[in-house]
Amino acid sequence: MCRLALKTAREPFSPYDVLTAMEAMQEGYDGSGLGLLLRGMEFEDFRYNPKFPILSGIAESEKAWRRLDSFMEERGYELKYDHKFHMKRAHMNGKDRYRYFVRAYRMPDRFADADQDARETELLKTRLALRRDGEEHGGDLSVFSFWPDVTMIKEVGWPLQVGNTLSLHDGQIKARVCMAQGRQNTNYGINLYACHPFFIQGIATMTNGENTAFVPIRDWLIGRNLPGYIGYQSDSEVFTHILHYTLKHLKLPLQIYKHIITPLNAAELDKHPQGDFLKGLRDACRRLIIDGPNAVIGTLPDETCLLVMDHKKLRPATVGGREGVWAIASEMCGVDAMIPDRDPALDFQPMREHTVIIPPQRKELTVWSQYEQFPLSQAA
Amino acid sequence: MVPIRTIPVEPGSLTYPDLPWIIEHREDRCTLCGHCTTVCPKECLHLAYRRQRMPRLDVLSNKRGSEYRTFTGIRQRTDMAHACIGCGMCAMVCPNEAIMPVPNSVERRTLFFTNQKGEAAKRGGRRNAPGATLLDRIIFDRISMLTDPALDAGRHEFTVTTTIGRILSPEDYLARRLDGGWIPTTREVFPFIIGSMSFGALSPNMWLGLLQGVAYCNEVLGIPVVMCTGEGGCPPWVLKSPYLKYIILQIASGYFGWDEIIRAIPEMQCDPAAIEIKYGQGAKPGDGGLLMWYKVSKLIARLRGVPEGVDLPSPPVHQTLYSIEESVMKMIQTLSMAFGHKVPVYPKISASTSAKAVLNNLVRNPYAGGLLIDGIDGGTGAAYNVSMDATGHPVASNVRECYLDLCAQGMQNELPIYAAGGIGKNGNVAQNGMALIMLGASAVHIGKYIMQATAGCLGNEQNRCNVCNLGICPKGITSQNPKLYRRLDPDQVAERVAETFMTIQTEVKKIMAPLGRSQSLPIGMSDAIGISDKDAADRLQIKYVC
Ligand code: SF4
Ligand code: SF4
Repeated sequence: MCRLALKTAREPFSPYDVLTAMEAMQEGYDGSGLGLLLRGMEFEDFRYNPKFPILSGIAESEKAWRRLDSFMEERGYELKYDHKFHMKRAHMNGKDRYRYFVRAYRMPDRFADADQDARETELLKTRLALRRDGEEHGGDLSVFSFWPDVTMIKEVGWPLQVGNTLSLHDGQIKARVCMAQGRQNTNYGINLYACHPFFIQGIATMTNGENTAFVPIRDWLIGRNLPGYIGYQSDSEVFTHILHYTLKHLKLPLQIYKHIITPLNAAELDKHPQGDFLKGLRDACRRLIIDGPNAVIGTLPDETCLLVMDHKKLRPATVGGREGVWAIASEMCGVDAMIPDRDPALDFQPMREHTVIIPPQRKELTVWSQYEQFPLSQAA
Repeated sequence: MVPIRTIPVEPGSLTYPDLPWIIEHREDRCTLCGHCTTVCPKECLHLAYRRQRMPRLDVLSNKRGSEYRTFTGIRQRTDMAHACIGCGMCAMVCPNEAIMPVPNSVERRTLFFTNQKGEAAKRGGRRNAPGATLLDRIIFDRISMLTDPALDAGRHEFTVTTTIGRILSPEDYLARRLDGGWIPTTREVFPFIIGSMSFGALSPNMWLGLLQGVAYCNEVLGIPVVMCTGEGGCPPWVLKSPYLKYIILQIASGYFGWDEIIRAIPEMQCDPAAIEIKYGQGAKPGDGGLLMWYKVSKLIARLRGVPEGVDLPSPPVHQTLYSIEESVMKMIQTLSMAFGHKVPVYPKISASTSAKAVLNNLVRNPYAGGLLIDGIDGGTGAAYNVSMDATGHPVASNVRECYLDLCAQGMQNELPIYAAGGIGKNGNVAQNGMALIMLGASAVHIGKYIMQATAGCLGNEQNRCNVCNLGICPKGITSQNPKLYRRLDPDQVAERVAETFMTIQTEVKKIMAPLGRSQSLPIGMSDAIGISDKDAADRLQIKYVC
């Protein structure tokens, strides 16, 4: 079973903090992979403007690296910052990668007056084009994210070992939100893209467990023909896309996510203040019902963090912290490792009807229950 | 010695080893009570006088001789009209276990003589093809134990319902909620639906039992089972009762019983579960219903609005309509409107190579609530042998094709596909049904299985019984003759309906639990199934396992 850790704080912190939490939970995984997502970036040697999209990924060879460079240039992106990891290759026992990259770009001039939507579509399309390019060249180029203020690192191996290889403890990179997952999916092939967290247009989630409803959900999402709804090397990737679909395409509030992936049953909906609307929504989104056990942990572009459970609630997850800093982990010892100086009595383990939301202000937790009325006046 | 000339041997003469079933009768046990001869639906047993030689040896006088005794024995008729159908009723009623039918393992010569009076062979039941069906061979192999605690079928909560009716895409749904548009009605039902068996084909006791059983499943057990009426309408008291919500009303090419239904609309307490428009039946594609005069009793005549005792063949197609596209459009719209757009309306077609064309036609019709595809192994009240045995298309590949077609359009949640035809043929009803669901069906219809399980229908794959069409059903299931149908106790049928659905529900959970599914029916979960036949696996786009 995978181990998950998320930390969110007002003050940027080193991702190594979260890797330490992974170490605390280490008996839960086998070292087959690490995925790391950073949001709210701060670089020691560069004053980063959070408007610049950051491209992160791996180039396996110099050739791939050059291709990437010229591709971005042709598309009109101006390189503003190229982060160089202080690599300690001795720690690496897997494949020797040519380069891990984290590069900030200025959007092409033609987007100067473009609206938010057009910019977001462009970023998604660029990432997909690069990913396709890598696939066409024998997988020599992996691009995990291309989005303002987000960095994503994925590697096969033990979390701490990966952190040491990339010298993540050196304080060069810091972030306000960091999510990490240990072990990648074992149901489908071992593949870099299959490491959690999964990312699409600023929305990222990671999961422990197994989504047995994967194939019908995947088929349905692919059938939407929406850009980015491709790939699916992991049964958990669909959670990210469902969240993306809910927020971006259906334009529904975050609270509805839980109603889509784990709807209440007919008897419960009869008593719900918006039961009529929700029944229709459950029918319309029936193929998106997940079948866990899963705990889904995620972050949104505004630095909101969330934690939800599937309906069976057979997976553990705890959230704890204090004003300004919060942590979510699949094990209590993970939360302990990330925020030792909190009141553990206030830790919360959500039940199946709960959505735990840590708003961007990070003052306190919101625990929202599916039985409550949700904020959507027009439609419901 | 009897001269050969005195025994009539004609071109059509048969002797008992030529028949499909041979009666074994034990003279030593028989008390000649007459139970078997009375019960035999084909009147194929008759009493005959026999003479037997008893050898006599007088030891003292050292003389040999013969004595003769005459006795009454039970014999089997060998003419086609009275040929034994192997129903086994004689064995069931015999107090001394003196009689039973035995299947004849040699070639059946009767096949050459089933055209008596120039009429091609007809029968009730369904295609009799013994052996495992394709559905029987599908296994559920995606056992989820790598990362999960296994689910417990008996302890965890499972959602095993499905929907009847059209479902909007999420975008459409939200848009219509906002601007107050029409949102099609859906029904949440148990995915095993009692398929269309008409009130004309079934005896009053049988459908009363089914209806009671269905009501019990819904109201006491909480299993939302629904049943379909088949062509022929519905008794007025049912139409005006609260049980109507468990009933799918079928309209077929003969429109039988529909004036009763339309007349009852103002007095209906609730809406029916759905309306099914029958265009074709998998067991006899291109053929209409054949309700023969001997089944048109007073009650049936009244329900159907026809005179008593006349043949009621339904035309094979909707004669009033010009093409399937037009027909689908007009009928669906008309019926949806008749019920105030509050009842899902869907057509039933026989599985065929053109099913996809019909499907795509329906996808673009906002009033279509689904598509029922009925395959070749489906049952029928009556049909010609040749239709039942050799005409039609299996349901599995047809359903799969249609589902994948919907997937390609991203509409697989929107227009549900229902499958029928041979589900539970060999008794594996939950397995067969779940295999079809994982191939993409939203629900399955079962008819013959329900008759066999709840009323003890005698039909099996060895061409056994299958006299549903003749009105002589020895169990009283498909007969309109009170002497026969009073053999069937509706209360006991109802009890069996409840038992059957409780079992199906348990088995469905036993299939879902190891696959790690509990929150929604695994519709289209094709990664869960495999088959050890490479060609079938390729055709169905599922795993080949061996
Ligand atoms: S098996 Fe049925 S048809 Fe045959 S003799 Fe017995 S009762 Fe008659
Ligand atoms: S028992 Fe009745 S319903 Fe069953 S096959 Fe025989 S005649 Fe038909």
